[in-house]
Parts: sequence; C-alpha cells; structure tokens
Amino acid sequence: MPNCKTIVPYRGTPEQEERLRQVIAEHKGQPGATMPVLQAAQEIFGYLPEEVQIIIAEGLDIPLSEVYGVASFYAQFTLNPKGKYQISVCLGTACYVKGAAAILNAVEQKLGITPGTITPDGKFSLDSCRCVGACGLAPVMMINNDVYGRLTPDQVGPILDMYK
Amino acid sequence: MSFIRSHILVCTGTGCSSSDSIKIIEEFERQLAAQGMDKEAKVVRTGCFGLCALGPIVTVYPEGACYTHVTVDDVEEIVSEHIVKGRIVKRLLNKNAAEEGPVTSLTETRFYKHQQRIALRNCGVINPESIDEYIGVDGYAALGKILSEQIPPQQVIDTIKASGLRGRGGAGFSTGLKWQFTHDAVSPDGVKFVCCNADEGDPGAFMDRSVLEGDPHTIIEAMTIAGYAVGAHQGYIYVRAEYPIAVKRLETAIGQAKEYGLLGKNIFESGFDFDLELRLGAGAFVCGEETALMRSIEGHRGEPKTRPPFPAVKGLFDRPTLLNNVETYANITWILNHGAEAFAAIGTEKSKGTKVFALGGKITNTGLVEVPMGTTLRTVVEEIGGGVPGGKQFKAAQTGGPSGGCIPASLIDTPIDYDSLASIGSMMGSGGLIVMDEDNCMVDIAKFYLEFIVDESCGKCVPCRIGTKRLLDLLTKITEGNGEPEDLDTIEELCQHIKQSALCGLGQTTPNPVLSTLKHFREEYEAHIYEKRCPAGVCKSLIQYVVDPTKCKGCTRCAQGCPTGAISGAVRAPHIINQSKCIKCGACMDHCRFDAISKQ
Repeated sequence: MPNCKTIVPYRGTPEQEERLRQVIAEHKGQPGATMPVLQAAQEIFGYLPEEVQIIIAEGLDIPLSEVYGVASFYAQFTLNPKGKYQISVCLGTACYVKGAAAILNAVEQKLGITPGTITPDGKFSLDSCRCVGACGLAPVMMINNDVYGRLTPDQVGPILDMYK
Repeated sequence: MSFIRSHILVCTGTGCSSSDSIKIIEEFERQLAAQGMDKEAKVVRTGCFGLCALGPIVTVYPEGACYTHVTVDDVEEIVSEHIVKGRIVKRLLNKNAAEEGPVTSLTETRFYKHQQRIALRNCGVINPESIDEYIGVDGYAALGKILSEQIPPQQVIDTIKASGLRGRGGAGFSTGLKWQFTHDAVSPDGVKFVCCNADEGDPGAFMDRSVLEGDPHTIIEAMTIAGYAVGAHQGYIYVRAEYPIAVKRLETAIGQAKEYGLLGKNIFESGFDFDLELRLGAGAFVCGEETALMRSIEGHRGEPKTRPPFPAVKGLFDRPTLLNNVETYANITWILNHGAEAFAAIGTEKSKGTKVFALGGKITNTGLVEVPMGTTLRTVVEEIGGGVPGGKQFKAAQTGGPSGGCIPASLIDTPIDYDSLASIGSMMGSGGLIVMDEDNCMVDIAKFYLEFIVDESCGKCVPCRIGTKRLLDLLTKITEGNGEPEDLDTIEELCQHIKQSALCGLGQTTPNPVLSTLKHFREEYEAHIYEKRCPAGVCKSLIQYVVDPTKCKGCTRCAQGCPTGAISGAVRAPHIINQSKCIKCGACMDHCRFDAISKQ
C-alpha cells in the first residue's frame, strides 16, 4: 500500500491545530501517549501530513523520526488524505473464498483507481482491508460507515451511484 | 411498578447491525407505542446470538420464538400478531426450527444442540450496555466473594490451574501457570500490569469481538480478579480500532463499573485498587503477538522482542505483566462460580472446557459456535454448520488463520483440541474455521495467506521479512503456470528455515498454510507444475473459457456481456471465444442461460 509522503498541499486550519495542541496537553507525560495522540490527530485532520507530525513531535517532546516511525507502521494511519467516501473492500479469508477479489475488481473498473489511491475529484478513495468481522455477510464492502454484505459484482455499480 | 409481559431481544452485534438491526429496534419502539403495548413489552438490545447467517435475528420471550432475516417491514406484523394477539408469526421463524416440528426455540435447533456455551453464556441473552443485567446473571459475584472473604491470591490461582484452562489466543499455554509466574515475579518498584489481548487480527475470526460486544463486563470482572491474583493495580485492554461497537460498549461498561465501585479505589471495601484503560490498536496484525502488543501500548512500532525474558517477568514498561486474550478471560468467572472440577469435566484429557469457533466460508450456517473440546470437525461442519451449501463437496477446513493449516476431508473425524490439531499440521489458533469446497484452489489459498503475511510482517527479522516474500514469489510462479519441479523442494526447505529462525511466534508459524496444503494437497501443486492445470479452475493463467457448440444456441448474450469483445459468432450459430482477447473474468459464463460455457 503506498503510504508515502503526500503531494496534496497542507490545508490545516488554526482551529484544527489548536484542538490538536489541547489533545497533546491532555496526554503529555503519560506513558505510551504517541498512539492515542496520533489517533486523535487523524480524527481532527483526516490524515497525518508532515506538518501535523511535527506539531506532535514538538508537543510530546519526542523525535520526529519516532512519530513518523509509528505513523507509517500501522495500517490505520494514513499519510495521504482520504476521499469524501472511503471505500474499503474486505479481503479477509471468509470474504476471499466467497469472491471478494471480483468485488474489488468491479470497484476498480468502475472508478478507475487501485487500492491505496483516490479519484482525481477527491470523492472516492479505495482500500482493501483484512476482515471487518462481518464474516457472516461475506463478501463485504464498507463505504464510510455503511456496510454492504452478500455482494455480487453487478451490485457494485448501482451502490456506488448512490454516493454523489 | 409496571409489569413487562414480553421481552423482544434484538441482536445488535456487528453482523446484524450491518443489516439494519438498529432501524428494526426503532421500528419496534414506534410500533409498540402505536399499538399501545409499550408498557407491556420491552425491546432489549443484546449481543450476538451466533447465527450470523440468518441475521438480523429477533427473539421474543417468554415464548422463545426466534425470528430470522427480519426486515423493518416485518416489525408491524410481529407486534400486532405476536405481542398483541399472542400468535407466533410462523412465516419468519428459523427454517430449521419450523421443519423440526412445533419447536420454536433457537436452543433446540441442530445449530445449538451440540453447543455448550461458557465463554458466550451471556451473549445474546443480556443487554451488554446494562451493568444491572450482568449483575442479574451472577455478574461480579465471583469478584465480590474473593474480595469480601479475602480469599488468598494463591487460592484463586490454584483454582484456575486445577481447571486446566489453556490460553484461547492460539498457543494454548496453561493460564494458571501464566498467572503463577506473574504472581511469583518480583517487580523492582512493586508495579505489575494485567493486559487483555483484544486485537483479534486473524482474518475470519470474530469470537472476541462478539464477547466484547455481547458481554463486556465479564472481561472487566475477570481482569480485576486477575489483578488481585497477581498483584497488579492497573490493567490495559488493547482492542482493535476496527471494532467500533466493541470499543463503545467497553467504554460504557468501564464507566458503569467505576460508578458502582467495582473498579477504582477500595473495591468492595477490601482495600484493593484496580483501574482499567482502553488502548486502541491501529491495524497491525503483528500486534496480536504478546511482546509486540506491549510495545504498541508503550506507544512504539509494534515489533516483537526476543523471549526470554517472558512478559510474566519483564513485560509492559519492563514490569511483570499478565496477558490473556478475551476468550480466556471470558471463562474465568464461570470457573470461579462453578468450580474448577465442573470446568475440568468438560473436554478432553489435555484440553479442558469449550472453544468458540467462527464458522465462515462455504458453509450454510456461518456464525459463532461454542463446543466442548474434543468435538469432531465433522460435527461442527456437518451438524452445526449445516454442511456445504449448493450440493458441493467439502474439501478442507482451515483453522488457526495465517498460523494454522488446512485439514483435508479425509481427516474430518479429527477431534478438535490443541494437541490433535497440532499433530496434523494445523493449530487451534484463535478459532477461525473457514470451510472450503471443490471450487477453492489450495495453492491459491496458500498464496492468499502468504500475501497477508507479506503485507503484515513487521520487518524486524530477516526470515519473516524476506523469506515469506520469496515464498510468495515461488507460489505466484506456480499459479501463473511457470512452476518447475524443483520449486516444491525449494519451498519446503525455505519453510523449514523460516520455522526455525523467525523471531516471534507469528513469524515461525507463517509457513504452516503452505506446509499443510503441500502435505495434504500435493497433487494440486503437481497439477499446476506438471500439467499446467488448476484443478479447481481458480488460477486465471491456467484456465480457459470454452463454448460447447452442441449446447450453444447462438443467443449472443455472452458476446454482449463480454467486456473485451472477445466473443464472436452469428445469431443462432455457436459462438467462439478468442483466447488472446479473453481476460478470464467469467462474465460470459454468468450470462449463458444454456450452461454452454465451461472452464477448462
């Protein structure tokens, strides 16, 4: 998954930065604060650009390399912005044996993007994930917080059309 | 005080929530009010019933009528017929139950008959967001007894040891011994920790999520008892951020327990303090490994450390740490309430108690099942799971996720316990059980698990980081039809190297899916290599779609459905697929109404 430095310009607002500084102040000095702060930062900004990582490193008084190390290690953290609608196709075992690869294919063909990337208009971003835990409904796709289960490839187009 | 005549239990686990159970609850509340029954019937939000394939599930007590695949439109009928007039809506009953006679209760069906619920005892029975309902089913009784009677910690540990409980996270280490080691370890400043591994990362396993969503208090109570037994005052639950419902219910439950004085300072006036904190995982499979999990709680990259020292001696923040997984904790209070003997009476000689499995894949009843250790795979797949749907042949069952292996149909009578599974090259793992049929290619499945491992390897040690990548290259080569005879030997040799030299438990077990499929399905590998053929018709490079000219009516549906225009032929004359244009998507086969297109 490409999780490298983003080319999208940073558009963080002073309000967002202020909220982040508050979160840092709440966690500062606690053991193991890096992860909760990064999780909160991703909530606030939607992703973790270099500018945000610098604020965190300075705020928690730890090296930037360590913040970057943690941010790039975990799949949940993204250094690139996500689309308005985040599509995530489950490729867990139960979904895989029930044809999740064909679902992912259908999404790729419909939107013309591959996992880890975003459509040029910023509307859809696509990722594959490992098991959302809804194995009874396999194969499963999530768009933001909506779960679509028991999918067939021809349902993908109409579902995506519902998101304008 | 109002008298509640009927309880309507609606599952709000992740599976059923995904199919609109929240809207169903709202509709029930609206309909009950509209039909004037809201004083006599109550809607209860419960955790997972286990039968996820039939969701959303609604059970109405006292009758115990279980309605399956309920939609928002069905709610009015259930209220007006069942709640108001007392007539069960037969149309919506679980089909098995309806077939087997007048029995309507879920517990009498084939799905539940062979099950024995200990870890899942409260899931789907109580409202997980209400501490009072948990207390109503003997919740916090074990903790209360231990603290108010000042039972010595050693006696608690001895009870757990005597029960024979082994860790449910995969490796199966004795839980009692783990508690003993942490209890005996000396901390430089007296600080010890208790952790719960709720980072259920195995694809296809979701029993821990169901316990957290359906019965969060049992984990809190068990961890508090563990803290008392080993001498810790701080606990951490490391839970996947991908489980938002579980996280929310845990937060609610911790808040309620603090409010009731069951967490925090001076619990039960005993002078014992214990506090719990949630830590959210961030999507790294390796964090299911105990040393990596602790690194992650400390705020670092989740990379494993060499053992020894074991966490019981030097774990989280370098202090003695007890780490058990969710399902293990879910057994603790049952053991303390019912006695070690009652627990040890269930199961086999070396594997006591029950095990929860997440049934998935090509099986009729997908969902959660809890069976006594030693139950055969056949009972689980054929009796409880209802067999393979669509009249297909059962080919293999995969247990233990990426660390486990495939069990072939010839070994379906193997009893499921730690040692039997290990002896046939698989492992218990956390309890994912994926069923495969004749349409699944075992080489492709092995490749699937390796892709997962390559993706998730933390990269700290060379055997796992590079060895698994090379293994994947070899398997890809075989599935693309370029395999050579010596590849199988190379694969076996590489697997042995990884097994012996990888740093952590996860790394050492990564070759298992390859080794077990190679052992039990070697002929499939050989067909790919020598005959350039995929027997299951999965590996795209090795299959061709062909039209049977005797069956083809020339309706042109296949040609219209082909995305690359690879099919040609006149109307009412047999069509032909141009193999050089074909991308093997299978659309033609789906479109054909005459069964004239086949994979070869």
